[in-house]
Amino acid sequence: MTQSRFFSSRSATRSSADSFSRGLVGYAFAAAATLTLAGLLVFFWAPQDADQGMRQKIFYLHVPLSIAALCGFIAGGVMAIQYLRTRDSSWDLRSYVAIHLSLIFGVAALITGAIWAKTAWGVWWEWKEPTLVSFLIVFLLYAVYQPMRFAIDDPERQARSAAVYAIICGAFVPLNFMAVRLATSLVHPRVLGGAGEMPAEMRVSFYTSLIGMGLLWMALWKFELTAKSVSMRLGKLRAELIS
Amino acid sequence: MNESKETPGLFAAAGAILRKDLRLELRTMETLTTAAIFTVATFVVFHFAFDRYEMSGDIAAGVFWVTVLFAAVLAINRLLSNERAQGGYEALLLAPIDRNAILFAKFAFLFVTLTLLEIFALLAFALLLLGPALSTEMLPLAPVLLLANIGIAAIGTLISALATDTNARELLVPLMSLPLLTPLLIGAARASTPLMSLVPHTEHLDRWLGLMALYDSVFALLAFAVFEYVIED
Repeated sequence: MTQSRFFSSRSATRSSADSFSRGLVGYAFAAAATLTLAGLLVFFWAPQDADQGMRQKIFYLHVPLSIAALCGFIAGGVMAIQYLRTRDSSWDLRSYVAIHLSLIFGVAALITGAIWAKTAWGVWWEWKEPTLVSFLIVFLLYAVYQPMRFAIDDPERQARSAAVYAIICGAFVPLNFMAVRLATSLVHPRVLGGAGEMPAEMRVSFYTSLIGMGLLWMALWKFELTAKSVSMRLGKLRAELIS
Repeated sequence: MNESKETPGLFAAAGAILRKDLRLELRTMETLTTAAIFTVATFVVFHFAFDRYEMSGDIAAGVFWVTVLFAAVLAINRLLSNERAQGGYEALLLAPIDRNAILFAKFAFLFVTLTLLEIFALLAFALLLLGPALSTEMLPLAPVLLLANIGIAAIGTLISALATDTNARELLVPLMSLPLLTPLLIGAARASTPLMSLVPHTEHLDRWLGLMALYDSVFALLAFAVFEYVIED
């Protein structure tokens, strides 16, 4: 198994695989139920946007995706701190999977963002929207996480450098948002206004999809962790069998 | 500084490494000359790219800071690679000193290099492209350069230490540096725009200096907190 080359084999125990998979099915069902409910609310209950109509519905997908990705990035940084403190390689695996998964969410957020920008403003990209620009910079930074990680041969050193990088990036996220917000002309109207400006039906639908997206992130995170640790354990057992 | 005869204190050790690096640089002029040539070459490229004989305002600030940023990436690339190539890195790790001495020394060396480089780059820029002549009205550029250098040096030292363990160093340093240095570039370029306009003046200078100062302090503290983990053997 290729994974076993990258992560210290200490995390490849039966107990870690079990602890990773705990609650996986629950999260998966909760995510499916909440997202289904959110879909129903978004299309049949939330009012149509006065300007954008049906096209505004992508907001309920795009914003939760971005928030889940950003929270996942930050969570990856916190798990990296935990790794440096405990040197337990399962935390390294958690941090890696969190950042990996958030990158995938990030790609989806950028694509849905571009589609929304095209339908709402007629352009695929809008530099005047600081949230979008900040998100791109953060995404570019995290996109280097994997190339950096896998350019290191020694698994211990790989885990340590990746943890330090994850912590640096985690601290970068809020500062970057602040800097880009300052740099964007304050005259430009904020498109993604606070949730308080939305009618109650929109707000409830939005929070439902946000919770659903968070649950989906958790379910996928647990799934990937379980899959990785099981395949590592399999590799280890296979190696034992051969030797 | 020396509490015991065997192990030098943190600052004594950092000072020794810094003196070694500065002496090496003075004798070879490896980083400074290459970075200086790079800045002039970049100005020439920008002249043709924009087809301009002189620049002012936001274009001037942008061209100047992008050039400095790329030259800084060159310097960051070299910061620990020389140690690595000559086996000095292992010697530094073996030395009975606080590991943070390496951070302080490399930070200070990068800071000094960047400052000298920017003085040269600013003079070359004024000579080649900058519209308004250098004047005392541009003195507020000094704190902008100072704050930019602190941030670039802190982030650069961290990145250089992170990248030195990898087998794709030259590729990873710019990829990691550019997003991380973007907020500093925003602050520096926005603060420099009015200073490089045809009638140099200050506008929102405190806002941009504040942003850079905040960014610098966060990353200086962060570098201090995590550096020992990066260079652990």
